[in-house]
Amino acid sequence: MKLNYVTRWTFSTSHKDMAMLYLMFGMVSAMVATGMSVLMRMELANGNSQFFYNNHQAFNVMVTGHAMAMMFLFVMPVLMGAFGNFFVPMLMGAVDMAFARLNNMSFWCLPPALVCVMVSVFMESGPGTGWTVYPPLSSMGSHSGPSVDLAMFALHLTTMSSLLGAMNFMVTMLNMRTMGMHMMNMPLFVWAMFFTAMLLLLSLPVLTAGVTLLLLDRNFNTGFYEVGAGGDPMLYEHLFWFFGHPEVYMLMMPGFGMMSHMVSTYSKKPMFGEVGMLYAMGSMGLLGFLVWSHHMYMVGLDMDSRAYFTSATMMMAVPTGMKMFSWLATLYGGEMRLGVPMLFALGFLFLFTMGGLTGVMLSNASMDVAFHDTYYVVGHFHYVLSMGALFSLMGAYYYWGPAMFGLNYNKVWAEMHFWLLFMSVNMMFLPMHFLGLNGQPRRMPDYPDAFMGWNYISSMGSAMSMMSVLAGLKSVLVQLENGTNEEFDTQVTPDFLEANLTRSNRDHALELMLSRPAEFHTFRELPMLVTPR
Amino acid sequence: MKLKNMTNKVRGNMQLHPFHLVGPSPWPMFTSFSLMNLALSMALTSHGYMGHNYFMFLAMFVVFYSMTLWFKDMMAESSYLGDHTMAVKRGMNQGFMLFVVSEMLMFVSLFWAYLHSALNPNVEMGMMWPPMGMEAMSPAELPLLNTMMLLASGVTMTYAHHALMNKDRKNTLYGFMYSTMLMVVFVFCQGLEYSFSSFTIADSVYGSAFFSATGLHGMHMMMLAMMLAMCTWRVYNYDFTNTSHVGAETTMLYLHVLDMMWLFMYMVMYWWGS
Repeated sequence: MKLNYVTRWTFSTSHKDMAMLYLMFGMVSAMVATGMSVLMRMELANGNSQFFYNNHQAFNVMVTGHAMAMMFLFVMPVLMGAFGNFFVPMLMGAVDMAFARLNNMSFWCLPPALVCVMVSVFMESGPGTGWTVYPPLSSMGSHSGPSVDLAMFALHLTTMSSLLGAMNFMVTMLNMRTMGMHMMNMPLFVWAMFFTAMLLLLSLPVLTAGVTLLLLDRNFNTGFYEVGAGGDPMLYEHLFWFFGHPEVYMLMMPGFGMMSHMVSTYSKKPMFGEVGMLYAMGSMGLLGFLVWSHHMYMVGLDMDSRAYFTSATMMMAVPTGMKMFSWLATLYGGEMRLGVPMLFALGFLFLFTMGGLTGVMLSNASMDVAFHDTYYVVGHFHYVLSMGALFSLMGAYYYWGPAMFGLNYNKVWAEMHFWLLFMSVNMMFLPMHFLGLNGQPRRMPDYPDAFMGWNYISSMGSAMSMMSVLAGLKSVLVQLENGTNEEFDTQVTPDFLEANLTRSNRDHALELMLSRPAEFHTFRELPMLVTPR
Repeated sequence: MKLKNMTNKVRGNMQLHPFHLVGPSPWPMFTSFSLMNLALSMALTSHGYMGHNYFMFLAMFVVFYSMTLWFKDMMAESSYLGDHTMAVKRGMNQGFMLFVVSEMLMFVSLFWAYLHSALNPNVEMGMMWPPMGMEAMSPAELPLLNTMMLLASGVTMTYAHHALMNKDRKNTLYGFMYSTMLMVVFVFCQGLEYSFSSFTIADSVYGSAFFSATGLHGMHMMMLAMMLAMCTWRVYNYDFTNTSHVGAETTMLYLHVLDMMWLFMYMVMYWWGS
């Protein structure tokens, strides 16, 4: 059946079309969010006011907008929406997602969310609350305009999108695996998406409740977070972080899955300890629900709670270490090929470990006295997200891009993209640790002159990251405009370590064996897994 | 078009897998865009940018209307086009169960909110729960009747279910009708209870938590009443068979889960919390 253009791209029920929409949408929001981050970094490039004319509220609005757009409208849509949608059914030999129309709705809730975020940012004085939106700062007394309400509605819309997506993914994995494929035979990316979906399913409703109560407090005169009415702002923090901590794992988990695929493909070895990796992801998901209060050590938690949350959080290093060492063990003795996805994967390994180590520092309640709300925290979570999640995302784009578009990327532009990004993010975020250790508070647009040096370097890193964005966009453009179909492109100079045809004949990577791009309906008949491992 | 596809005489037209490939549909996009209208008009109405709430209600209507058309399509696919194979039905039930799990987490958060204040009432409330000077609902009056009605609805639902499985059309109809009516009466009694309440949602965190939690449950009850009415209509309309009735199964699951949720709510908020 031939679909006309409008029907295909608005009313679509094909998982691949939805993935394309997610990818494009994610790129648009990434531009928005990057723009905001550059504005912030330019303001911080020097002491005193640089760009915001001492309007500190506007700076904080940028903080909020940047965080929300990056997490909910860029990383989640691209990791889960685009790659999840495209490859989860394909890797399991499923014909499509379980609920195709819900899939469409999952996507179409996101542009409205972007509208709400942008309206929120531009309306009146904006939400200067950060993405955490803590009351009483976010209550009527301090933010009387509609901005906070709109930001909450944006969260509601992304929540709806992700919840529907999570159910969709889980049912697809439970119900639509192809013949011969047991749950334990599902590839690691599919498992990663399974755990992500589980985290979404169990934590998002709690956020919904938390922010709905905030909306009620703001507009219907309830007293959940009003101390005078017997309520407690602490409740919000608990509800928020009960969601918020699993949320950061949702941002990471799909990346873990992609990493495993990239590392094993480019080491030419099966993943070391595949089942162990699976259980590591599962236990990270479980532990993710038990550590939320480490985000709020400084609100006056009692000693016992801090002791518990410190030790539970430190335990998180065990499954994370398992994953790291399994990836290293996969590399070890493998025939490594430094393709572009592998560069991103190696970058991930190094930088995510860095972020993980600062995370161990932060997990400690007694150390957190010094670190809380400083740039140390900002440095930490950008190392895990902006370098962990983002590097796995970019790597996956180059790894799976040819399978998605049937077009090859230009290796030179892609490598330029990688090196520019690698240098710029390190230049941007490494100094933040030093600033934080010296006590520069986050969400402050001004600072004493003593902090100028590292702030300047960090801002230069940000300017450089703009160049990496341009290189990345150029790389995508070259791929889409001039990229040749891999069929004609395989006969180049033989690779030093791997025969050209080997990569497309790997029998455990279904997506790389199919035609590129795959047919509109991937499978007319279900494939069969005959040699389960 | 559809009919042509359904003739399976040509081998190439046969579908070689048990899943349902849904055709393009405008309803998801209509639903989500009307949700955006709802969000924007709610925020702007509540802050005085619009002097009325017509747009809000219009958006709400469009949300419900697009969802109705969506469900209408689904019913056509299941009952009349035969797209819902065993595999598809299994998926639907799994999906609904996951939905219920996420709903439960939402209720859990409201319990969390309630207990956060109830277990440590602060000095503004006179260190007591319900706060000093507030008169809680008596758990032995209307709420007890409501509890009994919900328990009874569990019975009538099982009655309907067994009749449905045993191809007993008349008793299936009765079962669904009784359950629907019990839900409607429950919502009505809850409305009475609210209107006679001595406190409002704005009377301290006690009133806020009480009305938010029971109100969320009440909204689910309204939804359930609609679902049950729909099931009744579909039984009347010969839409269900004894082996194929996903709509009925999900409604039943939802009813039981919400009944259970009410029991927790009754025990914690009406009984212990008074």
